[in-house]
Amino acid sequence: MSANMVALAYLVASVFFILALKGLSSPESARRGNLFGMVGMAIAVATTLTLTQNWPLILGCIAVGGIIGALVAQRVQMTAMPELVAFMHSLVGLAAVFIAIAAVNNPVSFGLPEILSGGSKLELFLGTFIGAMTWSGSVIAFLKLSGRMSGTPIVFSGQHMINLLLAIIMIGFGLWFFFSETTNWNAFIAMTAIAFILGFLIIVPIGGADMPVVISMLNSYSGWAAAGIGFSLGNPMLIIAGSLVGSSGAILSYIMCKAMNRPFLSVILGGFGSDGGTAAAADDGGVQKTYRSGSAEDAAFLMGNADSVIIVPGYGLAVARAQHAVKELAEILHEKGVNVRFAIHPVAGRMPGHMNVLLAEAEIPYEQVLEMDEINSDFSNTDVVLVLGANDVVNPAANVPGSPIYGMPILDAHKARTVMVVKRSMAVGYAGLDNDLFYMDKTMMIFGDAKKVVEHLVKAL
Amino acid sequence: MIGEIDPFIINLTVFVLAIFVGYHVVWNVTPALHTPLMSVTNAISGIILVGAMLAAGPAETDWGVWLGAVAVTLASINVFGGFLVSQRMLEMFKKKDKKGNA
Repeated sequence: MSANMVALAYLVASVFFILALKGLSSPESARRGNLFGMVGMAIAVATTLTLTQNWPLILGCIAVGGIIGALVAQRVQMTAMPELVAFMHSLVGLAAVFIAIAAVNNPVSFGLPEILSGGSKLELFLGTFIGAMTWSGSVIAFLKLSGRMSGTPIVFSGQHMINLLLAIIMIGFGLWFFFSETTNWNAFIAMTAIAFILGFLIIVPIGGADMPVVISMLNSYSGWAAAGIGFSLGNPMLIIAGSLVGSSGAILSYIMCKAMNRPFLSVILGGFGSDGGTAAAADDGGVQKTYRSGSAEDAAFLMGNADSVIIVPGYGLAVARAQHAVKELAEILHEKGVNVRFAIHPVAGRMPGHMNVLLAEAEIPYEQVLEMDEINSDFSNTDVVLVLGANDVVNPAANVPGSPIYGMPILDAHKARTVMVVKRSMAVGYAGLDNDLFYMDKTMMIFGDAKKVVEHLVKAL
Repeated sequence: MIGEIDPFIINLTVFVLAIFVGYHVVWNVTPALHTPLMSVTNAISGIILVGAMLAAGPAETDWGVWLGAVAVTLASINVFGGFLVSQRMLEMFKKKDKKGNA
């Protein structure tokens, strides 16, 4: 194929990718969008195949990777989506590093001059270091999300100084690589190794509930890594697809930060809830606050007689895998003529849209599942709110100036006539704050695993 | 125009315009589909497969080619895994036929 034909085919593939993202604007068009994405990828791969000589090897590798990918996609639990996404980000990062190393080794095979130009070196440096950080950061995110590593932030003094120092050293090696007349492997390898370490260090201090931001950020990085490699190889396909992904991840990070009312930098610097939270908790020390706890039977009675019920799901629902039990509960209530709806906070769960997918898996019609802005004004007219494994996103302290979470948009569960909170204990949420909602007169605490409690509710109804 | 345009400038043009397109398209994605958005973009960032194929492409096989072959495998996991898991999720967002619980 001529270079022009290749470029045109890449253009067609890019348009398909844009249509794929556009399809996601509504659930009806989303499946078609995903198909467009597959078509775009098929065009891009088929076109590239004509440029290679080793196609039996390449097709074999694609088959192996494809089978692994298909098996993973088929078997993964919906509750484990955040881990899967983190795992896949790490693959993109590692692939980017490998490609960059191969390009430094043999530039001619990529159509680059034998002796790399300054510009190419700079681009390779960028692609490698973003790729390396994406890989190691995603590995940590994966370990944290899958529970193989504690979700609590790991903080030590001088952390940011060490990161800064490492970054400066890394740039130093980058400059050495840049200014060397011939291919300087020492500088390149040292720089890549430091980038790997930086990726680990940057994600380690970020705690569990900040994961929606982290995972969106890594999503963005994986796109920029692809775009960076695209610049190195002068390949517009990689640049376009990489930028689409990069901006998508950046927007998601922004939305998640906004939903927590936290500046992006403070999330990234990490360690939330490790100092401010304890101070706030000590403020009301001494005064033993009282709460009311009830049984599932009491709750079932109240819900059965209500006109309207709003269910607020949180990470606890995902941990307990309670989505199918919740669906049964919603159906029974619906048959009794109760208006049942679900209210989703943007950062509920461990990744953007996590709760929506779990509820969809349980076949809860998405018309009943509403976003915060759509439903917040309805809480005051609602008889019963059932909070399932959520905490900070319904904490009215967000409305109190001076509170560490002041200004965070919350679901106004406290405005409903009766509030029921299903929780394992009175323990504080991620922000390390006590939740006044639990101590209100109209609130009833139901202690236990979300799934077991909901199953009891279903039985009692 | 005076002389030829540096390919870098053309790439930069493409890059900036693609970011703008991505920005506007992604803001229109409904929040309910943010998880599928992540898995679809994950699959799309598997486009790195194209670079990996070029790395594995040359006929004379040295270690760079093998590195490329590993990258092809990794990126393929992403492409297939990403699109298929998105498909699986999006099937769940289908409108339910039975009007009973709507």
